[in-house]
Amino acid sequence: MSERPDEEMARDETAPGEESEHDSIVGGVRSYAVGLVAAAILTAASFALVQFDIVWGPAVPAALVALAIGQMGVHLVFFLHITTGPDNSNNVLALLFGVLIVALVLLGSIWIMGHLNHNLMGPMATP
Amino acid sequence: MSQTANAHDPNKWGRDSEPNPDGPAPKRIVVSYGFWIFLLSDFILFACFFAAYAVLKDATAGGPSGKDLFELKLVEAETVLLLLSSFACGMAGIGTLARDMRWFQIAMAATGLLGAGFLALEAYEFLHLIGEGAGPGRSAFLSAFFALVGCHGLHVTLGLLWLTTMMAQAWSKGFREDILRRILCFSLFWHALDIIWVALFTMIYLMGVRG
Repeated sequence: MSERPDEEMARDETAPGEESEHDSIVGGVRSYAVGLVAAAILTAASFALVQFDIVWGPAVPAALVALAIGQMGVHLVFFLHITTGPDNSNNVLALLFGVLIVALVLLGSIWIMGHLNHNLMGPMATP
Repeated sequence: MSQTANAHDPNKWGRDSEPNPDGPAPKRIVVSYGFWIFLLSDFILFACFFAAYAVLKDATAGGPSGKDLFELKLVEAETVLLLLSSFACGMAGIGTLARDMRWFQIAMAATGLLGAGFLALEAYEFLHLIGEGAGPGRSAFLSAFFALVGCHGLHVTLGLLWLTTMMAQAWSKGFREDILRRILCFSLFWHALDIIWVALFTMIYLMGVRG
């Protein structure tokens, strides 16, 4: 093992969802436990944000979106093992392309339909 | 050489341990990369449902809105169940690394039971809404809601079928290389469902109850 230079190690790509091969069993369990705790804290924060008046009202949606992105990030890193390591670049590139399409579909629809509603609103229509 | 070193490393049994620097990637990587692409296309499918929901969420046709219908306690319980299920699924993955069949089977059973609990709560919510006259036919908002949440529930149902299949296959065939690849794909699928649920409860329920 130790004879292999680092560059060659980097060629050994990691499959999505796979533990890093250097991790021991204990390390793997610990990583999942860290992910669980982090995800639980962020999830509890989103629910608390809605149920109690912690944050200035109009800022809540933005805070919820930020917390959701944080939770997805925790899931990706600790559960799906999608990291920024050199052995993971294919997985990350595919993910980025997926995120691009998702953002185009979602934001594009909301944007276009919002304008359409606005333009078609008659004098009697309610927003 | 590293070839023999890998043979003695239990973490690497059943893996194509030594990649050929010029050749194709090992099958394990090709298979799960392909499955990762499928999952991303599944995310895009869900994005379409999300877009439909975002556009239609105010089209209540004089019927109840999310603010009137959603119960956060129920959603909280669903979220906890699915998160714990995802964690248990990770434990099952560690069980395959350890080549410990009992560990794997127990963790998979826990994953399945937590997932089934999630589904039961969702079924209760759906039946409750339909009973209140807020079924998918009531308004465009409710059509989009049932389509999106139902699509996620359908994925969880299929995941449960796949889960029991993997338990049976691992039991009867052992940790063979092809079985391990299927388990890896299954755990990717299961974790991805939890990611979609995060988007779902944030956008539909948490933003919905604020009106």
